[in-house]
Amino acid sequence: MTDIGSTPDMNKLNTVAGETLFKRNMKLFASSKLSLFFSAMAIGFILMALGAPLFAPHDPNEADLFLRLLPPAWMEGGDWSYVLGTDALGRDVLSRIIYGSRGSIFIGACVILVATTVGVLAGLAAGYLGGWVDVVISRLVDILLGFPYLIFAIALIAMSGPGLQNIIFALAYKEWVIPCRVVRGETLATRDVEYVEAARAMGASKRYIMLKEILPNILSPVMVVSTVRMAHVIILEASLSFLGLGVQPPTASWGSMVADGRSYMLDEWWLSTFPGLAILLLVLSINVVSQGLRDAFDPKFHD
Amino acid sequence: MNLGKFVERLLQLIPVLFGVSTIVFVMMLFTPGDPVDIMLGDQHVTEQMERALRHDMGLDLPPVERFFKFLGNAAKGDFGLSYYHRAPVAEVIASRLPATIELSLVALIIGLTISIPLGVLAAVKKNSMFDRIATVTSLFGISMPGFWFGILLLILFAVNLHWLPVAGRSGFSFEVEPITHLLLVDSLLRGRPDAFWDALKHITLPAITLGLPLASILMRVTRASMLDVLDRDYITFAEAKGLSRMKVIGKHALKNALIPTVTVAALQAGSLLGGSMVVETVFGWPGLGRLVVESIFVRNYPLIQAAVLFYAFTYVMLNFVADILYTVLNPRVKL
Repeated sequence: MTDIGSTPDMNKLNTVAGETLFKRNMKLFASSKLSLFFSAMAIGFILMALGAPLFAPHDPNEADLFLRLLPPAWMEGGDWSYVLGTDALGRDVLSRIIYGSRGSIFIGACVILVATTVGVLAGLAAGYLGGWVDVVISRLVDILLGFPYLIFAIALIAMSGPGLQNIIFALAYKEWVIPCRVVRGETLATRDVEYVEAARAMGASKRYIMLKEILPNILSPVMVVSTVRMAHVIILEASLSFLGLGVQPPTASWGSMVADGRSYMLDEWWLSTFPGLAILLLVLSINVVSQGLRDAFDPKFHD
Repeated sequence: MNLGKFVERLLQLIPVLFGVSTIVFVMMLFTPGDPVDIMLGDQHVTEQMERALRHDMGLDLPPVERFFKFLGNAAKGDFGLSYYHRAPVAEVIASRLPATIELSLVALIIGLTISIPLGVLAAVKKNSMFDRIATVTSLFGISMPGFWFGILLLILFAVNLHWLPVAGRSGFSFEVEPITHLLLVDSLLRGRPDAFWDALKHITLPAITLGLPLASILMRVTRASMLDVLDRDYITFAEAKGLSRMKVIGKHALKNALIPTVTVAALQAGSLLGGSMVVETVFGWPGLGRLVVESIFVRNYPLIQAAVLFYAFTYVMLNFVADILYTVLNPRVKL
């Protein structure tokens, strides 16, 4: 478990020069070649998902039983028009991997978007309004934290069936707790600094203060947390589709491709290997980017 | 730690456990499909018999009453019948539990024995080649989907090299009369080295699959906390006293640096249960995780309900243990 809280002096710095500090930190992030390389890789995956029809050499669902279980092109019997080989129905593995990126990235992004929005709003309310609002939200957070993530996701889908909405809900029901805690802590630390006091003195509404004064200044830790969690959610989504509870066939998804390849691991090792490799590379790139962001935005690492 | 705080923390468990039970119950309430229909399957019965069955199962009561009945029965360990196994759910779960516990324990041992020495070494030799390799490896470890890593291990060690078995927990000819129900322990207690060796071969790949990601997380925690501790005044002081570096690290630093590692290990032990669903499926490991996954596809809802409740309780208790451990090990922290 990694704890990504920021130290109080970061808030002070933010107060002094919010915008410029953000730019300086982004420059710091961009100064690392490793971060840049993996950012490019993550962006590459996103482009691949968006432009899947452009990049995929074949229709991902087009089956041709005469071409079933072709090995990758560089192996004996391989064919360069099917670079990573074909599966048991003769579908092109590369095209399915390209299309499969859509499910992983779309679901991951949706879950993080929903969770971050809910978490940020709940965290702001809990931290700024305090009182019974804080008590209710914090208790709910405590209860949800006690929930084993994957098990409840599996149970929810087992009950509600594996539709896209259900998958997103099953992964997001608990995810918002994490940004919520971060934002609550940051809000508590920011609540009484001068510029918030000033806004309050000028008669700004609570909503205005929370959304316009506090929120912009606590976005960096939220950004760092969201990227780390995105990596985690993508693995969870892949685990669900591996178990047959994720995106349903014939739609290509990386987790179910690995699962399908299992029956052929005796001879056709590539069927499971390549889709899994795609998951690894996507998740790895997001993890490296998030670590780079954390190093750049956490003043502890600055000197 | 004082007793009052301990009791207070223990009492805090009640709303969490109540919340977990409520949600599990509500989830079941909204499950599509009528339990009686599922249970009867294709059997044709009279309406009267069906009503009697419904009454026996308490399904004709209003939801609130059903909820309290569910809680009361759960407290007694009665989770109803598993439609599929035609046996009490509690019994079915109990029969699968030891395999999961054994797997989780071995994975935990693997995780700790790899992560602690590597994490300490990486911190002591900060920014060295070793540190970098260890950090990069751990990044791979946390980015790798467990089910895929397991399959790669299977392809390499079981399918191609034939060193280790492909699936299962033990071979047919190695039955050992149970004592603890943990095969590795029982085979030793019964003086059966052949059975021990067989069980060890079966557990190796699943335990590594489950243990290596854990080792990656724990290594990062150990490294970070060791770096933090090495910065402290008392370490500088110990070194100034003229103690050797090995002694300072081994005696003074390690003891404090391991506090977060142990805490996180306890927290992660809960996640092992979730990960074991996936890993048990990959390796055909006859544990609780695979039972749950199988139950989903045959819509064996009472079993899923009980298993989820069991997992959630275990998870909550492990969080509690982690909290207590943290305070006991680190007297400066107050609950």
